[in-house]
Amino acid sequence: MSGYFTELFTGAKSLLDGMWVTLKEFPRRPVTLNYPHESVKMYPRFRGHIELIGNEEGKSNCIVCSMCQRACPSGCISLAGVKPEGEKKKVLTKYILDFTTCSLCGSCVESCNFNALKFSNEYNLASTRKEDFVMDLLKRLEEQNK
Amino acid sequence: MSLTLFNVVLAVVIAISFVGLNAAYLVWCERKGAGLFQRRPGPMENGPWGLLQPPVDGVKLMTKQLLIPGGVDKAIFMVAPVLAMFPALISFVTIPFSDNIVAHPIDVGVLMIFAFAALGGMSLLVAGWGSRNKYSMISSVRAVSQTVAYEIPLMITTITVVLISSSLNLGDIVQTQLGGFWHWNIWPFQKQVGFNLLMPVSFLILFVCSVAETNRAPFDLGEAESELVAGFHTEYSSMGFGLFFMGEYANIVIGACLTVILFLGGWACPFGDLGFFPFTHHVGWFLLKIYLIIFVFIWIRWTFPRTTIYGLLNLSWKYLIPISLFNLLLTAGLLKVF
Repeated sequence: MSGYFTELFTGAKSLLDGMWVTLKEFPRRPVTLNYPHESVKMYPRFRGHIELIGNEEGKSNCIVCSMCQRACPSGCISLAGVKPEGEKKKVLTKYILDFTTCSLCGSCVESCNFNALKFSNEYNLASTRKEDFVMDLLKRLEEQNK
Repeated sequence: MSLTLFNVVLAVVIAISFVGLNAAYLVWCERKGAGLFQRRPGPMENGPWGLLQPPVDGVKLMTKQLLIPGGVDKAIFMVAPVLAMFPALISFVTIPFSDNIVAHPIDVGVLMIFAFAALGGMSLLVAGWGSRNKYSMISSVRAVSQTVAYEIPLMITTITVVLISSSLNLGDIVQTQLGGFWHWNIWPFQKQVGFNLLMPVSFLILFVCSVAETNRAPFDLGEAESELVAGFHTEYSSMGFGLFFMGEYANIVIGACLTVILFLGGWACPFGDLGFFPFTHHVGWFLLKIYLIIFVFIWIRWTFPRTTIYGLLNLSWKYLIPISLFNLLLTAGLLKVF
């Protein structure tokens, strides 16, 4: 018999405490987002796949030194460039990222001495086709400039 | 009022549409409430604030295939959902929404509601039995043991109120509580019994029992998804499941009506008779009270986790039944004294 009423009262009190907690949350604003209609703005330091940085003219800073290609442990970067007549630096003509094998280690961004690479904020990547993840970053830069 | 065929048809149509609308929109309230308690927006897509969600759900349920698994007891399997829905519908006949809005005032209205509530419990047993599914069977056995355990304190508490108002007619029970909220049965001081400190406790017991009777969380062991798939309605699809669902929500409304009528003064205005809108303001108060009670049902459901079957039965047999019995004896004694 001992503890019968203690159990009853402590139980009832804990139930009321619980109900008070949820009641306080009830009138407050939702913390979730209505996803397909609105989504979270990604944080600036989010490490998405890499992309090229454009300079003031909208061109890439890349001089085709291939350091990123060499730094990549998975070999997912391939790039090419030409040296136009009378110019000192090479100009990038092709920059392909095979995102299917990229592990987002960031060695390419670290190895770049010419401020040509950065992480993008892209986090909504989904596709049923493998080819969609072989990305032409030069084309992407042109589209961003538009 | 003469009982013409037109009146009967009208009463049936109003009752069915009231139950149907309530069942449909309580689901919306439940989902919206669940969302708000968990800091989500709840249904948002169909119509403003998701208000078109219930008709969309209804169409979806009706257009699905009604699958009857092989080896089930067909007659029993088909009867069970109807048994779940109809007692709830019939119970509305005797519930007084106001002093003049009641389909058929029966002198033993309380008794009739309990009789049909027990039939609701039987529908769960029949559904589990007919489904040829061990999980459904276990679930229905649980649901019935729960119904039995919680009907006892529910009835004892009701008898206490019946003793005070000396009538089994729901309308008469409300009549004794008219004239302001201090006349309601929830308060300890009653002119018939003097001072009975256990009346608020009785109200709580009745409330807990009506939550348990409707098999709602935290007492929804009958459909404990984590253990029993979906309990007694595992094998039901389409409108078979839909009827169980509607029956559950109709039972919630009846539980709320009963709580309001027995303890919270039914249609009585809390501040005495104010006199304005004599026809509507009684119904207004009644509906306001039952929806407040239903809000508490929803609030409880989205606050507490499910109990164990032992915890559930212990609560009834160790606490609710002794306390409600004690209050019955006390009330009877006080009635003799005053």
